[in-house]
Amino acid sequence: MPKNELIMHRGNYINHRLRVKTQEEINLSAEILKKIHKIIQRYPQGKQKSALLPVLHLVQEEFGSHLSVNLMDKVAEILSIQAIEVYEVASFYSQFNLDKPGKYVLEVCHTAPCAICGGDDIVDYLKEKLQIEVGETSADGLFTLKTVECLGACGYAPVMQVDTEFIENLDTEKIDQLIETLKKQTEKPHELRWAERFF
Amino acid sequence: MGRKILLEKVDIQGIECFDVWRTNGGYACVEKALGQMKPEEVQAEVIASTLRGRGGAGFPTGQKWLWLDRKSDKPRYLLCNCDESEPGTFKDRYLVEKLPHLLIEGMICSSYALGVNTAYIYVRGEFKYLIGILNKALNEARKNKFLGENILHCGYNLDIHVHSGAGAYICGEETALIESLEGKRGNPRIKPPFPAVKGLYDCPTVVNNVETLAAVSPIIMMGGTEYAKIGTKASAGTKLISACGNINNPGVYEIELGLPVEEFLFDPNYCGGIKNGKKLKAIIAGGSSVPILPAGLILNTGKGEKRLMSYESLSDGGFASGTMLGSGGFIVYDQDQCIVRNTWNLTRFYHHESCGQCSPCREGTSWMEKILWRIENGQGRIKDLDVLVQISKNIEGNTICPLGDAAAWPVASAIRHFRHEFEFHVEHPEIVSKIKHGDIDQYK
Repeated sequence: MPKNELIMHRGNYINHRLRVKTQEEINLSAEILKKIHKIIQRYPQGKQKSALLPVLHLVQEEFGSHLSVNLMDKVAEILSIQAIEVYEVASFYSQFNLDKPGKYVLEVCHTAPCAICGGDDIVDYLKEKLQIEVGETSADGLFTLKTVECLGACGYAPVMQVDTEFIENLDTEKIDQLIETLKKQTEKPHELRWAERFF
Repeated sequence: MGRKILLEKVDIQGIECFDVWRTNGGYACVEKALGQMKPEEVQAEVIASTLRGRGGAGFPTGQKWLWLDRKSDKPRYLLCNCDESEPGTFKDRYLVEKLPHLLIEGMICSSYALGVNTAYIYVRGEFKYLIGILNKALNEARKNKFLGENILHCGYNLDIHVHSGAGAYICGEETALIESLEGKRGNPRIKPPFPAVKGLYDCPTVVNNVETLAAVSPIIMMGGTEYAKIGTKASAGTKLISACGNINNPGVYEIELGLPVEEFLFDPNYCGGIKNGKKLKAIIAGGSSVPILPAGLILNTGKGEKRLMSYESLSDGGFASGTMLGSGGFIVYDQDQCIVRNTWNLTRFYHHESCGQCSPCREGTSWMEKILWRIENGQGRIKDLDVLVQISKNIEGNTICPLGDAAAWPVASAIRHFRHEFEFHVEHPEIVSKIKHGDIDQYK
């Protein structure tokens, strides 16, 4: 049977089991704070809560691709809102990770237009190649395999997204090549830090 | 090839840069609208054009604008819906990537007509690179004084900002988009009050699709009545169709509304026919939410007339034998595709994307997914088909937003037109459980 039981996919803070708060102190650099304030400026006075989604993207990218409780509390403090308002948003949107993923997240589209063009085979191939199931991270901590719903690139199916990049018209050769290149990269190149560059 | 209005300049080298766009006649519509026309006149042109919303519902844009509460002393907002996530649809992404300034100039004219001083573009979180492209284009426009204070010395102020979503199909629904822009979960609101009265921050708000706003620019340049002459009477203008699935030339095409479906599907200038010389089995003509139609009914209507790519022709025959133009996501299935598997796949999508507010949708999509999975894997029962139809009826019309309908229609239509295939799955479990995916016809 499909793994999803009779619960809604869009989590809330209860069925997502909020991770516990730790002693870790969150220090945001002056640069990030400046960026956050620039984002807040885009919304009318007193409506700084609107900045929540872009700001979460920004800090998630800065702090290891996931949102810890401490980090969410810090965001709440900066935006002068309740912590619960951050938790409920972070658990709703599928791009926010509450658990730390691997260094590269391979997001393979498995919705109908991709599936009829071979998307299901791509997922199987990746499972086999990385020796992991969907949702798991490879033993070396490099790759997390995720299936996602429509990426809006159906004409170039099958499609996968790695960070900002869409890898289109996938075949096994392209995947082998990509995995090799990503394995060789020691640092995440700067151009992958999209929120910092684009916001 | 038909007439191109939106994508006319798409092949010019460097057209995404302000300078190239400007030398090719860009921003002339802003000069015309702000310099020579009153806001009401701009709106009158859009009403005269009979432009219909290109996001999926096909609601007349001019009517939506007329409903904007102008008596209120609160600020007004224009929101551009670039949360394109309907499976099969990728036209907005193409438009913004290639012609960001077309959208921006359309937004400036629309904002001027509506008396808006702050506008937002809501980009879905997955389109990260579009945020970069849009912010670059907006900065160029600001530098050249087409945005900011006192635009073209007309005393009109406007700024446009980009806002990003974070992965939620439901935020393409206008009230969910507003909630999301306010920094909340994307739970749609009960209407009325409509956004035109109480939208973003409880202020009067208009939400339009990317393609709709982009079309405002040519409407101003050629005049509303001239635009209304393009296409058919009830479907004016051109529409971007994103074609995908088992065809030779997938991609985004601009068509004049009223083009025969057959021509669009087989003409080498458009889809170019079915891949690998196979036969056509079915088509979803307007994004995954609209009913699926078998080959016979998509090429010709129930009455035997040629079916056209237009709002009225595609919906001819109601849901019994028709479908909808929707968002223009044209998904083509060849003879080897399994309709049961495809329906299960789409239902999983809606289950995943249901926000969880309304019980019929939250529970219904979940049950439909489970039952369809069971049938697909050779464990179905014949009465499951009636249960599925029953569930889809119980969801349809009983939810706050149209996601419930969108989840119910694909299931109901698949059973309506392909019941034999579902029955085959139930009656021959030993065959269907052995094949992973693909067609069952060869086993019959």
